[in-house]
Amino acid sequence: MRISVSVDGTVYEDDVEPRTLLVHWLRQGIGKVGTVVGCDTSNCGACTVLLDGRSVKSCSVLAVQADGSTVTTIQGLSTGEEWHPVQTAFKECHGLQCGYCTPGMVMSTVDLLSENPSPSEAEIREGLEGNLCRCTGYHNIVKSVAYAAELMGGGSR
Amino acid sequence: MTEVLDTGTALGRPIRRKEDAKLLHGRTNWTDNIQLPGTLHMAILRSPVAHGRITKLDVSGALSRPNVVAAYGAKELGDLNGSIPCVWPVTDDIFMPGFPALAVDKVRHVGDCVAVVLATDAKHAVDALEAIEVEYDTLPAVVDMEAAIAAGSPLVHDDGSNTCYVYNLGGGYEEAAAQADVVVKRRFINQRLIPAFMEPRAVVAAPMGMSDEITLWSATQIPHVLRVLLALVTGIPENNLRVVAPDVGGGFGGKLQCYREEILVTQLARKLGRPVKWTETRSEDMVATHHGRDQIQDIEIAAKSDGTFLGLKVTLLANMGAYLQIITPGVPLLGMFMYPGIYKMDKYSFTCTGVFTNTTPTDAYRGAGRPEATYAIERIVDELAAELGMDPMELRRKNWIAHEEFPYTTVAGLTYDTGNYEAATARALELFGYDELRAEQAQRRASGDPVQLGIGISTFTEMCGLAPSRTLGALKYVAGGWEHCTVRLLPTGKVEVVTGTSPHGQGHETAWSQIASSILGVPVEDIEVIHSDTGRAPYGMDTYGSRSLAVGGQAIKLASERLVEKARIIAAHQLECSADDLEFVEGTFRVKGDAEKAQPLGAVAFAAFTAHNLPDGVEPTLQAEATVDPEDFSYPHGTHLAAMEVDTETGKVRLRTYVAVDDVGVQVNPMIVEGQVHGGLAQGIAQALYEGAFYDEDGNPQNASLADYLIPSAADLPSFVTDRTVTPSTTHPLGTKGVGEAGAIASTPAIINGIVDALRPLGITDINMPAAPMTVWRAIQAAKAGGAA
Repeated sequence: MRISVSVDGTVYEDDVEPRTLLVHWLRQGIGKVGTVVGCDTSNCGACTVLLDGRSVKSCSVLAVQADGSTVTTIQGLSTGEEWHPVQTAFKECHGLQCGYCTPGMVMSTVDLLSENPSPSEAEIREGLEGNLCRCTGYHNIVKSVAYAAELMGGGSR
Repeated sequence: MTEVLDTGTALGRPIRRKEDAKLLHGRTNWTDNIQLPGTLHMAILRSPVAHGRITKLDVSGALSRPNVVAAYGAKELGDLNGSIPCVWPVTDDIFMPGFPALAVDKVRHVGDCVAVVLATDAKHAVDALEAIEVEYDTLPAVVDMEAAIAAGSPLVHDDGSNTCYVYNLGGGYEEAAAQADVVVKRRFINQRLIPAFMEPRAVVAAPMGMSDEITLWSATQIPHVLRVLLALVTGIPENNLRVVAPDVGGGFGGKLQCYREEILVTQLARKLGRPVKWTETRSEDMVATHHGRDQIQDIEIAAKSDGTFLGLKVTLLANMGAYLQIITPGVPLLGMFMYPGIYKMDKYSFTCTGVFTNTTPTDAYRGAGRPEATYAIERIVDELAAELGMDPMELRRKNWIAHEEFPYTTVAGLTYDTGNYEAATARALELFGYDELRAEQAQRRASGDPVQLGIGISTFTEMCGLAPSRTLGALKYVAGGWEHCTVRLLPTGKVEVVTGTSPHGQGHETAWSQIASSILGVPVEDIEVIHSDTGRAPYGMDTYGSRSLAVGGQAIKLASERLVEKARIIAAHQLECSADDLEFVEGTFRVKGDAEKAQPLGAVAFAAFTAHNLPDGVEPTLQAEATVDPEDFSYPHGTHLAAMEVDTETGKVRLRTYVAVDDVGVQVNPMIVEGQVHGGLAQGIAQALYEGAFYDEDGNPQNASLADYLIPSAADLPSFVTDRTVTPSTTHPLGTKGVGEAGAIASTPAIINGIVDALRPLGITDINMPAAPMTVWRAIQAAKAGGAA
C-alpha cells in the first residue's frame, strides 16, 4: 500500500506491505534506526515515537495507519547542536546507562510533560509505566524527568 | 542542579558521560542497525517441546519459498555444526555432554535450535520456517532437580547422567554442630531468572576486505573471548577473525557467552560467501538466551547460645539446564567462596551438585553465584537471630570481621584485604532511622495493625575483579583474568586509550578517560577510549564480574605512567637536562627550579612523531602498554536496609524505604557508581518481589515473554537512599574494588528478610520468591491455620 508520512521533518512516500509495523518501516524502510525494538508484546516501550504529537509504541501501529501523519523520533527531537531540555536533563541526571530504552523513555517523557508540566514523583513513575529500563532502576530517570520539567518552566511538585 | 564538570584532572569527579550525546540523539550503532549489501537473514526453527526425539526433519520445503536461499538442519550442516564450548570443567570427572549448534537427533529444551532458513529479508526467512517438516517423538521431561538425580529418572543426555558434577570444599561442620548450643537449618529456593537486557541479541557476520577475514558484529559482552572461542569451534584461523561489539544495550551476564547463533551466523557467512544476519525476537530471547540463578539451597548454621558462629554447611543443587554454556558449571563455585559472607567462623562444609534438566541452560547473571550465596547467608543469619531472640543487627555485629582485623583470611580461604563493616552499618542505620522504625514495628504489632512493618537487613561482601590468573587455573577455568591497555599520544596531542574491557552501559569511555586524564594531565575530552573491536583493540578479557575497573583500571594506570616515563626521557633531551630534574605537573614537564624551561606533553608527542631530535636509543612514536594480572580479588561490601510494609489481609507488600550504603573503595566517577548501585538494586529487588522463570512439569515455559515475565517498571519501585563509605582496596593500585553487581547481590535478602520480619509473629519463617501478593497471602493463611509457612 502507498503511504505518505512526514518523519522528523521529511515527507517520505513508500509502498509497504499492510502487515508492516511502523517501527519496522521506520528502521528498515527509511533508516530511522534511532528508534529500536525491545520486545514483541508491546511491553517495553523502547520503540516509542510521537505520532501527531502524542506518544505511541511504534510496534503497535501499522505503517499504513500512519499514512498522512507526522512522526517525530528521537532523531528529530533536536538538531544535535541544540538539545531538547529532556535530552539535557537525562544527561545531567545520568538518566541512561546502556541507552537502549532511552529513545522511548525520552519520547514518552516529552509527551508526559506536554500533558502534565509539573508532575509529582508518583505521576512521573505512573506516566512512564509503559517504558522498561533494565539498567538504571529508574531512580535517575525519575530525577531526569523532574529536572526536565524544571528546565521547561514547569518544575515538579 | 549540580554544575557540569567537563574538564581538568578528573579522578573522583561526577563528570557527565561522554557516551550520552549519541545515545540521547539516536545516533547509535546497535548490531541490528548494520545493513550490508547482499545480506541473508537467518531465522531459526526452535523446538516447541522440552524433550523429544526428532523423528523427521525435512527442510526442503523452505527452499521453494520466495526469497529463500538456503535452509539447514543438522544433517545438511554437517561438519559446520560446531559444538558450543564450555570453558570451566570444574572437576576431573565432570560430565560434559556435546552441545551442537543445531540439535542432532534429540531436542532438550523448549527453544532448542532445530533448523535455520536464510532469505534475502527477515520476513521471508521467518515465513519459510512453516514449510519445514518436523516431527518429534515426545519424551518425558526432566524439570525438577531432585527428581532428575533420583534413580530411574529419564536422562537429558542418553550417554551420561543427569548429575553433571559434584564439588566439595572445606569440611568439619559436623564438629562445629556437635559443640553448638543451637543449630538452624533452612531450605531456600533461589529461583530462575532471565537477564532480559533491553537490546535483544543480534549477530552479523561478513566476509570482508581483500583477505580471508570474516568480521563478526555481535551484541556481546566478550568480543575478545568470543574471537578465541569462535576460532576454536569453527576452525577459522583466529588471525582471520575480527569480532566487534558495537553499541551494546545491556548484558548483565546474559551476553557473556559464545552462543550457538553466533557460531551459525559465522559458519554460514563463510560457507555462502556473503553477509548473514540474525536478530532475535524477545520471545526467542526468553527461551534461548541463558538464564540465571536456579538453585535449591540447604543451609545449616551452628552457633553458641551467645550468638557466636561456629560453622556453616551448604548443600546445593544447581540447575545447569539442558546443556553447558561458557561457564555454566562454574557459576555456583563463584558463590561457594562467599557463603561465609562477612563473618568469622571455624568450620565450613560446602557441596554442590550440578544437575541437567530439560530447561534453558543457565549461566552468569548479574552477580553469578554471589547473589545466591549472599541470599542464603543473610537469610539464615536472620533466622538464627530469631531463634536466639537477638536483634539481627546485633548478631551480625558480634560475628563480623572487625575493621582492625583486616587483612582477614576467611574459612572459605579468601583473604579480604580491607573493609569497615562498622562504618557502613553506622551510616546506614543513621540514614534509615533504625530505632524509630523498630519502635513503629512494635507499635503496629501491639495494635494488631493489618499492615505490619518489617525491617530487612543485608550486610554483604562480594568478590570482584575477576581474577588472578593462577587462581582461575587452580579452579580449572581455562582462561586468565588479566587485562590490557595501550595508551597512545598522537602527534596532535590527542590521546587514544585502547582497552580490553567491553562496556555495554557502564560508562567506560568516560571513566577510563578520567583515569588517563588524571595521570597524563590531558583534558578528558581530548581522550578517546577505543574498545570492543579486536581489530582496533586486539588484547583483552572483556567485561563481567565487576572486573573492568578493578582489573582494567590498573592497566590504564600503569600504561599511562609508562607513557609519561618515556615522554620524560624525550622531554629531558629536548630541554637539555637530566630526566631526574624534571617534574611532571598538569600535563607539562618542568625543570625543577626553572619555571621558564618547560615542555607540554603534546609537544613531546610531536617530537616523538617527527623523530628529528630524539635521544639515542629512543624509538619514535609515543605509546605505552600494560597487561596487568591482578594481585588478588577485591572485596566491596555494604549495609542495606529495607523497610517493608506487608498487608496481612491481602498479602500485598510495599517497599517503603530502601537504604544502601556501599563501600566500593576509591570512586573514579561517583555519579556512575551511584547509577550502578541503583540498577543493581532494581534487579535484586525484582528477584525478591517480581521475577521468576517457571516451567510446568512437561518443561513448558510458563512466562517466557515480557507480557508474562514481570520486569519492574518505574511504578513498581521507589527512589533509593544511597551513600558510600570509602575504604580503599590495598590489592588494587587505584584503591578501587568494583561496583557492577553490588546492588543485585545485597538487595534480595534485605527485601525477604524484611517481609519475614514483618510476619514472624504469625510464625512465618520463610517466603518463597518472588514474594507476589498471592504467595504472601497463602503463607499467611497457612500460618493462621497452624500449618507450616
